[in-house]
Amino acid sequence: MLRADGIKPTYEAIEATRQALGLEGPVYMQYVNWLLRVLQLDLGVSYSSGRPVFMELMSRFPATAALTAGALLVALLVALPLGIGSALYPGSLLDRLGRVCTLLSVSMPGYWLSLLLIYYGGVKLKLLPVTGMGEPSSLVLPSIALGFGLSGIYIRLIRTSLLDILGKLYIKAARAKGLAGWAILAKHAFRNAWLPSMTLLGIHVSALLGGSVVVETIFSWPGIGKYAVDAIFAKDYLVIQGYVLLMALVVVLVNLAVDLLHMLLDPRIRLR
Amino acid sequence: MFQTRLLRTGAARVGAAIVLLFLLVGLLAPWIAPSDPLQIHMEHKLSLPSLEYPLGTDHLGRCVLSRLIYGTRTSLFYSLAALAGVFSISVPIGLLAGYAGGKIDHLIMRIIDILLAFPSLILSLAITAVLGPSIKNLLIAFVAVWWTGYARVIRGMVLQIKESDFIMAARAAGTSHFKIVVRHILLNTSRPILVLTSLEIGTILLSLAGLSFLGLGAQPPTPEWGVMLNDSRPYIQTAPRLMLFPGLTIMLAVLGFNLLGEGLKPADQGLPEPRKEGVSP
Repeated sequence: MLRADGIKPTYEAIEATRQALGLEGPVYMQYVNWLLRVLQLDLGVSYSSGRPVFMELMSRFPATAALTAGALLVALLVALPLGIGSALYPGSLLDRLGRVCTLLSVSMPGYWLSLLLIYYGGVKLKLLPVTGMGEPSSLVLPSIALGFGLSGIYIRLIRTSLLDILGKLYIKAARAKGLAGWAILAKHAFRNAWLPSMTLLGIHVSALLGGSVVVETIFSWPGIGKYAVDAIFAKDYLVIQGYVLLMALVVVLVNLAVDLLHMLLDPRIRLR
Repeated sequence: MFQTRLLRTGAARVGAAIVLLFLLVGLLAPWIAPSDPLQIHMEHKLSLPSLEYPLGTDHLGRCVLSRLIYGTRTSLFYSLAALAGVFSISVPIGLLAGYAGGKIDHLIMRIIDILLAFPSLILSLAITAVLGPSIKNLLIAFVAVWWTGYARVIRGMVLQIKESDFIMAARAAGTSHFKIVVRHILLNTSRPILVLTSLEIGTILLSLAGLSFLGLGAQPPTPEWGVMLNDSRPYIQTAPRLMLFPGLTIMLAVLGFNLLGEGLKPADQGLPEPRKEGVSP
């Protein structure tokens, strides 16, 4: 980075930078010092921008979090009706629509869907803003682009787990004692059918919070995935380090949240 | 028996037909392409579909149809190469971990866990960035990141087969470990591995084209679907058909492989879990 302007650095300059970056002393001391700084939320300074890495990451994280929420909302809005409908009426038109949707969702390249959305949503019909994060409505297109790709697997998962539950004896028992159809679904079937989707949801939340490079690039979304990739290309090690640390934290927290939700939904799972 | 299963459903038949079509197009590219995919005709740039250029020309006046046809070669060839690379690492390692068990298994699985903990796209991007963007380096990065999951699945299959009676019988008859692994275990895992392959090749194709789209894989002027999509981006307002055709081609190819993979999979399974059918009759 000292050679960035093409001038050979002096010995003093190299030493000063070494000190500034905490590369003095034995490796284990460097590590302890680094840990102590991390605990104070000091992840160092980005080589390329000169701003603190923590601030940079935090300024981009909300954009990615918003996109994550939007994408999951789209995925569930598509998957819930189709998944539930196709499980309740197997072989129906709805079931077939669900199958087609699943196939499209897993076969459609996300980057192509993004371009199609930009063309039809933004350029041709001029309905929605296509780049940046100026207003709330600019969240719509990137959310669809990300969310549709996820919806297929949920349609299938919801269908399979609900069909599985609906075949259980306790559903038959509930029906036999004369419970209304909606009550059986709401109280007995759904609560059990959620669990597999919940686990997958956890995996997707942590993956999405890592940022989607493709969608963020196409829609010029100021998110964290694009930032991390730019940092990789610029060999901005402290930013990469900070990103990895943040992702590890996100994965741990999301997993914890999923476990807690599982306990809430299924009383059989309890801490020992 | 394999054949009848494969063509059991209509969807699988459609998938097989699509895959066959793409394979033929890739093989016969030089004979069926209407013009040279690299020939630049600036005087014809961005022209509409015509008899000479059935799908029109791109921003450099190159024939879009010919580029798509030659792109089939690039995409299919590199997807298959990636798949071969992934399996040439994951199959031996999965076999070793599953059959050896104990400390070796433990060590291998922990290494895989560490690699799996890292976001795969970011890791392959990082490797490509260090090696420099080219399709060869992309393949290296891709294989380095993707083998882990398969090794794990294969290990699971081996663990199951290892316990079967015929393995014990082979041991008792004095068959060497090497022969057991190759003749009995590998042979019995080969069918689920094949199913897994056909299910995954669509995903691999999609990812490779996506990375090329980001500029990390095939480099222009190579005719490749992802590159063509990326090239079309500046002309999204003036010539949207440029992004329509490559995208449609990618989707059709992936759809074909997915349908075929679904058809190969046993009917009772909802999601890809080849571990279930460990021992085939």
